[in-house]
Amino acid sequence: MTLSLYVPVASPVHRAPAGLKLGLLAALAVALFLVDRLPVAAGTLAAVLLAGLGAARIPGRTLLAQVRPVWPWLVVLLVFHLVVTDWHTGALVVLRLLTLVAAAAVVTATTRVTELVAVVEWLARPLALVGVRPARVGLVIAMTLRFVPLIAERAHRIREAQAARGATGMRWGVLVPLLIQVLRLAHTLGEALDARGADAPAPPPRRRAAASPP
Amino acid sequence: MRWGRRAAAVVAAADLPRTAIELRGVSHDYGERPVLRDVSLTLAEHRVGVVGANGSGKSTFARLLNGLVVPTEGAVLVDGLDTRTQLREVRRRVGFVFQDPDAQIVLPTVAEDAEFGLTNLGVPPEERARRVEEVLVRYGLAGHRDHPAHLLSGGQKQLLAIAGVLVMQPRRVVFDEPTTLLDLANTRRVARVVEELEQDVVVVTHHLDLLAGFDRVLVFEDGRVAADGAPAETVRWYVDRMS
Repeated sequence: MTLSLYVPVASPVHRAPAGLKLGLLAALAVALFLVDRLPVAAGTLAAVLLAGLGAARIPGRTLLAQVRPVWPWLVVLLVFHLVVTDWHTGALVVLRLLTLVAAAAVVTATTRVTELVAVVEWLARPLALVGVRPARVGLVIAMTLRFVPLIAERAHRIREAQAARGATGMRWGVLVPLLIQVLRLAHTLGEALDARGADAPAPPPRRRAAASPP
Repeated sequence: MRWGRRAAAVVAAADLPRTAIELRGVSHDYGERPVLRDVSLTLAEHRVGVVGANGSGKSTFARLLNGLVVPTEGAVLVDGLDTRTQLREVRRRVGFVFQDPDAQIVLPTVAEDAEFGLTNLGVPPEERARRVEEVLVRYGLAGHRDHPAHLLSGGQKQLLAIAGVLVMQPRRVVFDEPTTLLDLANTRRVARVVEELEQDVVVVTHHLDLLAGFDRVLVFEDGRVAADGAPAETVRWYVDRMS
């Protein structure tokens, strides 16, 4: 399991600013729901795939791996609309969601986590007015991306340990040992953050060069 | 990989004057449980090893050296700086490598994590990029720079944890059982990294082979320093004691 999806190749999409890519993604999300013509929705999906596979040089299997988990939901939505509304609406909904998932995959595959986090920190700047440090917001998001796979791996190890001792079907039995491990991990992590200077105040803003005297 | 190369600029401590860490009458309790009792000593040697049974107080001792733990009684001074009142400067001078690298690697990819400490220090972006590149090359991680950190092998994770500390250019590095979770090949690899450091080091370990060539070894027992001397005789004393 990985939440870090960056594909390190050189491309114009990789070089584009993270804020621009996230802005375009948000705009696409809004625009797609204003579109109600199938050819336009299908054309948008084709354009996103072209941008991902062509301009951004993301391997097809990487893009497919990101889209694969939503297939069951797309099928459910299509069937639901076939029963409740009509095939046109169903196809439109499926195309919209597929396009958005593919576009999000293109953004995450072409943008480093630190760049995405920098955008989040920039967006969180108004929160500084109420005492929230934007850098901390960004750090929390980055750490979530880092630790979700790690905690999933630890849950898997606990399940294996339980199975090795004859326990099967104890889905809830994972929770208590996992909670204990996570609390221990959190304690050491807190120490590690201190040791690496994360408790330091934010560096002072850089002063702009003073204007030259006339 | 260039294991044999002596410390490059990026991993060398700022100007590499030797550090002196002084413990004055240090005791520490966790609630009702005393873990260190009246420890007084000065660490001025280049490489110091710390051994002792589980629960003897050696990990707490290590944590005192960069202020992760503040003593209940007494004082810890790093180059004269008190860990109780001058913590930030102490931590710039003394880096800390934990036993479990998974608990020390905080950002998703290798390069991002290596850069983390530098961002906290307010190092400018160009300088950060240069130092990160150098340290990743030095520890054979440059080919993994954009890989998710959790997909690295155990040895690579420990190297990344070490790189993440060394890139901050501390003058002394404290290692808390850095090889406990590693196989033999990776233990040797980390041992060689420690051996080649120009920084002063304090290594807490159960792997006694790691201490060959050290300048001084401390043996902890029940929260006190039970033996303190040259590695050969001190380690022999400790092994006899454990037999």
